[in-house]
Amino acid sequence: MKSFGRLRVRRFYTWRGNPLSSNRKLRTHEYESLAIRVDGLPRTTVIRTGQHILIEGDDDDNPFAAKVVRLFGDESGQQKKAVVQWYVRVSEVPPSKLKLLGRDPHPREIFFYQGGNCDDEVNAESIIRPVQVKHLDADASFPPSDDGDDDETLYVKLAWDSKVFRILDSALVASPPRHPNPSLPPSPPRSPPAATPASRTSSRCTLPTPDPTVLRRAALGEVRRSRAAASAGKNPAAMEALHSETKLSASKCLSAKRRHGTERTPGVRKKLQLCSPEKTVMVREDALTQLLDEELEKERTLAKRVPSSPARSPTLTHRLTPLRRTNKSLAAQDAVSLKPFVITCRKVPLSEVESPTPTRDNSSSRAATTPCTKEPKPVREPALGDLAEEEAKNSSPPRSSKRKSALKVSYRIRKQLNLMDGQQDLNSDEDDEDEFVPSKELQSSSEEEEAEVVVKKSRVSSAGSRTPRSSTRTPRKTPRKNAPGTPRTPRNATPSIPSRSLPARRPANVLEEARTRLHVSSVPESLPCREQEFQDIYSFVESKITDGTGGCMYISGVPGTGKTATVHEVMRCLQHAADTDEIPPFHFIEINGMKMTDPHQAYVQILQKLTGQKATADHAAALLEKRFSNPAPRKETTVLLVDELDLLWTRKQNVMYNLFNWPTCRHARLVVLTIANTMDLPERVMINRVASRLGLTRMSFQPYTFRQLQQIITSRLNKVKAFEEDALQLVSRKVKPAPSPVPQLLPCVGSLSSLLRQVAALSGDARRCLDICRRATEICELSAAGLVGMSHVMEALDEMFSSAYITAIKCASTQEQLFLRAVIAEFRRLGLEEATFQQVFVQHQALCRVEGLQPVGVSEGLAMCQRLGGCRLLLLESSRLGVLQRVRLNVSQDDVLYALKAD
Amino acid sequence: MSKRKLKNAHLPIGECVSQVLSPVSPCPCRHLEELLKRTAVHGESNSVLIVGPRGAGKTTLLRCVLRELSKETEVQKNLLQVHLNGLLQTDDRVALKEITRQLHLENVVGDKVFGSFAENLAFLLEALKKGDRSSSRPVLFVLDEFDLFAHHKNQTLLYNLFDVSQAAQTPIAVVGISCRLDVLELLEKRVKSRFSHRQIHLLSSLTFPQYLDRVRAQLRLPDDFPDGSFAEEWNASVKSLCEDGSVDEVLRRHFHSSTDFRSMHALLMLCLSRVSVAKPAIRPADLLDASRLCSADTKVNMLRGLSVLELCLIIAMKHLNDVYRGEPFNLQMVHNEFKKFLQRKSNSMYNFEHPVVMKAFEHLQQLELIRPVDGSSAKTQREYQLMRLMLDHSQIMEALQKYPQCPTDIKQWAASAFA
Repeated sequence: MKSFGRLRVRRFYTWRGNPLSSNRKLRTHEYESLAIRVDGLPRTTVIRTGQHILIEGDDDDNPFAAKVVRLFGDESGQQKKAVVQWYVRVSEVPPSKLKLLGRDPHPREIFFYQGGNCDDEVNAESIIRPVQVKHLDADASFPPSDDGDDDETLYVKLAWDSKVFRILDSALVASPPRHPNPSLPPSPPRSPPAATPASRTSSRCTLPTPDPTVLRRAALGEVRRSRAAASAGKNPAAMEALHSETKLSASKCLSAKRRHGTERTPGVRKKLQLCSPEKTVMVREDALTQLLDEELEKERTLAKRVPSSPARSPTLTHRLTPLRRTNKSLAAQDAVSLKPFVITCRKVPLSEVESPTPTRDNSSSRAATTPCTKEPKPVREPALGDLAEEEAKNSSPPRSSKRKSALKVSYRIRKQLNLMDGQQDLNSDEDDEDEFVPSKELQSSSEEEEAEVVVKKSRVSSAGSRTPRSSTRTPRKTPRKNAPGTPRTPRNATPSIPSRSLPARRPANVLEEARTRLHVSSVPESLPCREQEFQDIYSFVESKITDGTGGCMYISGVPGTGKTATVHEVMRCLQHAADTDEIPPFHFIEINGMKMTDPHQAYVQILQKLTGQKATADHAAALLEKRFSNPAPRKETTVLLVDELDLLWTRKQNVMYNLFNWPTCRHARLVVLTIANTMDLPERVMINRVASRLGLTRMSFQPYTFRQLQQIITSRLNKVKAFEEDALQLVSRKVKPAPSPVPQLLPCVGSLSSLLRQVAALSGDARRCLDICRRATEICELSAAGLVGMSHVMEALDEMFSSAYITAIKCASTQEQLFLRAVIAEFRRLGLEEATFQQVFVQHQALCRVEGLQPVGVSEGLAMCQRLGGCRLLLLESSRLGVLQRVRLNVSQDDVLYALKAD
Repeated sequence: MSKRKLKNAHLPIGECVSQVLSPVSPCPCRHLEELLKRTAVHGESNSVLIVGPRGAGKTTLLRCVLRELSKETEVQKNLLQVHLNGLLQTDDRVALKEITRQLHLENVVGDKVFGSFAENLAFLLEALKKGDRSSSRPVLFVLDEFDLFAHHKNQTLLYNLFDVSQAAQTPIAVVGISCRLDVLELLEKRVKSRFSHRQIHLLSSLTFPQYLDRVRAQLRLPDDFPDGSFAEEWNASVKSLCEDGSVDEVLRRHFHSSTDFRSMHALLMLCLSRVSVAKPAIRPADLLDASRLCSADTKVNMLRGLSVLELCLIIAMKHLNDVYRGEPFNLQMVHNEFKKFLQRKSNSMYNFEHPVVMKAFEHLQQLELIRPVDGSSAKTQREYQLMRLMLDHSQIMEALQKYPQCPTDIKQWAASAFA
């Protein structure tokens, strides 16, 4: 059983019993239960509808949790499918949304998923095993950890529809009782739907079970609704019906609490061990006192506000846990689990007064409990979490040693026991144990590493570092519940540039304001002249997101035509749409080929942005491959923007191949937008299998025309009147002039248009355009004119585009000019564009005599030649060759002659 | 002694450069100052290139501007500076480490800054991305020898710096300093597009009177010199020096050769070092001597130290060059040519054994007065290896003139192959 996730033991899936019904149209048969047999083990696990299951996910430690709604297969029996209702683990909720919870989540907490964009049909063969899911009342606390076993019970309190957390009623969660002995034949004894107050006192076998048909109907309804992308709260009628069926039973709550202590899963323990000792101590001290204070205060205010507040879980815990603990014999655990009771005891006087009434009407309690439950939570959870963490720290070393030695033995014993008395949680227990072992050494090493980091950190902080960030730095896997004040700690230390001591000055006049708006970095309200491209990209990505499919798109265009800006704008709009519930939420990540040192770093960056994990390139590639090709469905679409694609080229092109291959995986839900400069990149550099996967969705951004450039500037300036009309036109038309030796710009409006039209076609770089405008405002400011006029723009243009060669030749010394002339003379003599220094030097000597200058020596001549070569007026061979080095002109002969004639 | 020290130290080279520049081109100074001030004060990102020939005062200009700016507290407190040099930071990896060090980010990350190149880059970009225009301190990146950065792989550093300068991130000003006029053509098109295309060209078009003024100003002692009477005396001597005819000629020659400030400074340093307590002024002769030293031909000086045999070989090579129009030669040909000369003279004075000639030939090669032709393999016997002469004829003739006690027949032979 080791290994459902890890070692890939073969599992065999067979239908049990005859089909309940069949769908002729789809040719499917619906079954009631599915039997899973593991290779080499005599036992068979039975999965039936309404049961909670774990489904293979990308993380072996955290498989997906779901509830089976329907089981069906096709006629041939080849395909086995299950329709499920998903639960979301804490780790799957986007960190940004997690703060909506208002408290730190419990590590074993899951959320009933009500989001619409989720494939609820899974391959039955990805089912790992059944799991226990307990519904807790919204204001109930999680059961304390008083049990050392690795129970895998999950707790559900709230529903999550990818926007907000809602209170969840138990009816949707309630599962049929698990069969005591999984290897028994079908038709398990189904306990009647127990929704009575009496169930509170009853034992754990009387869990409420809804009528399966009702449940199925309800769940189907749920699924249907989720397909229509509607949230659960909008269907009150169905909810009401369900509420009357089942109610929260106190016994469930109770048993959940009893289990809480046992619930240290591998994942949890891993996180706990990683956590640094320093932090734990600090948190324990501070958090406990702080929490107690807060708690008391809140209790008081709550008691005042809601005099007949319903039963609160702390009281239950207080009363019931001792009973439970009689079963337990581990002294260490007792000692630690005393901690939570300190808290609860303080609360007893307050809560004892109120009579526990767990059998409230659910439909009304949903509304009623909402305000009051929210408040105690955030303080209680962290405390529990901290304690659990502390406990784990204390008890883990002896446990681990014990575990390693006794593991096999206990496994065998349990197997025997299982056959004899049918312990119901056995399966999951064993899984946990087995799964846990391999990761053990790994964790201990990372713990040491962490300790090291902590030492360093403390050194830094004592040295008076100016970044407070460093103190909140935590290892990647630190549980979120660590510090109540900072629920989301940054994963890596990201030092920032220190903040300025004096505030930045705001633009004071019109020109400065204009300059701010004209800076390339300023984000415009809209992107003019790219409406069509925007629309195309938007509809492409939107359709992929709503369909839950994947795809690739290739965007090309010369630099400065707004490719990246348009994609970002699209993403902003889509994000907005997702926030307002118009489309399903998605995840947007961006990589840039220029911002990495090696093409394979792309994997690392994608993985880090996707999950926050850090890995080497090879490992990251493997993880991503698994993530995108794993049949387990993803919850959210990922939109990946790959900028400067051509730099991801490798000889085998495996990076490109993977990037374009992942979207084609059925369950990847990956949309890849790639950007590069050349239009024919796929044809030119990509091998066939890569180009074929990229597909034909291409888009090309044309260079801006001068009208568009003008429009861009106008829209940027947006009523800031800083430019004269014709000056603007000039800029937009002249974005990149032909490199002409003579600056032939005539500031005459009449001749302007003909001159500029030739210029506009060359390049439509918006950045250039904005830079020219910005420079023009500066020149204008210097000359103290009110508006940026023609002359200022001309000057800016001149500055940016006039070739400096001519000026450089004019400014050269007499001998240097003479040398250039000698070069040309020698070229003419040889009829070649190349000569050795020796040849040129002879010419130079002769010219010196003609000009009446004292001839220079060879050394001086060489120095001169080197100076000219340094400016790149001449191109030279290496200076080691001395007089033998060959000389070429880097400017055209005409330019040289023009420059020399002018003076 | 103390006087000399004072004189040498009285005007730091930087100030002189700014003096040179300020009357000629006030614009670049102002432009750069405004630009950097806007980065420091308004948090506006900018990029600019300062281009000019060597010794034109590019670095000095930047230094002057920064000194001016640092007088303003608003700038001084805010601006962080990172200075990189293309000759030191030879690849992006080294450059990134240096940037991290100069930004004092390394104690934040512990030893992480010395992690992999990829981590470094991601780390630095993250740090720069964190900031925004209004809140974080602006950073000034000075890239000296900018053209060398353009040769780094993919121009990653330049792309990222320019990208940050064009994005709403930490405000940065990138100042590149280069002496290549074609530096923009070195940039990759994406990098080029992100560069703002601001270039400050430092091209001084000095006239000779201005040059003379600079020389005078350079030599003058300031008015607040402690020894007032000496300063007066000295300044008067400098003035008279500049009016001297021979001095004028020397300076004009230098001016024609190069208007570069550094060469002028080297010349003046040479004469200034001849000033002593006994001779408290520069004489025109000193300047002449210094000028001669400055423009002396190095190869000619080397030739003067050769033996007569080696000189003869050089002359033989010269004749071979004349005959075969610069085609390469080998030892055997040179030796034959030399033997012809000896036969004509029937003089056994220079009758050396073949190994001796060969040794002399090798010595010439070691002095790099001759060098083997490219591609001639080492397999060929030494006598037959093709060589080229790396001297101009004028240099050989000049060396012969200066050669102490040069035999007359050799001089004649050098002038004509048939003498």
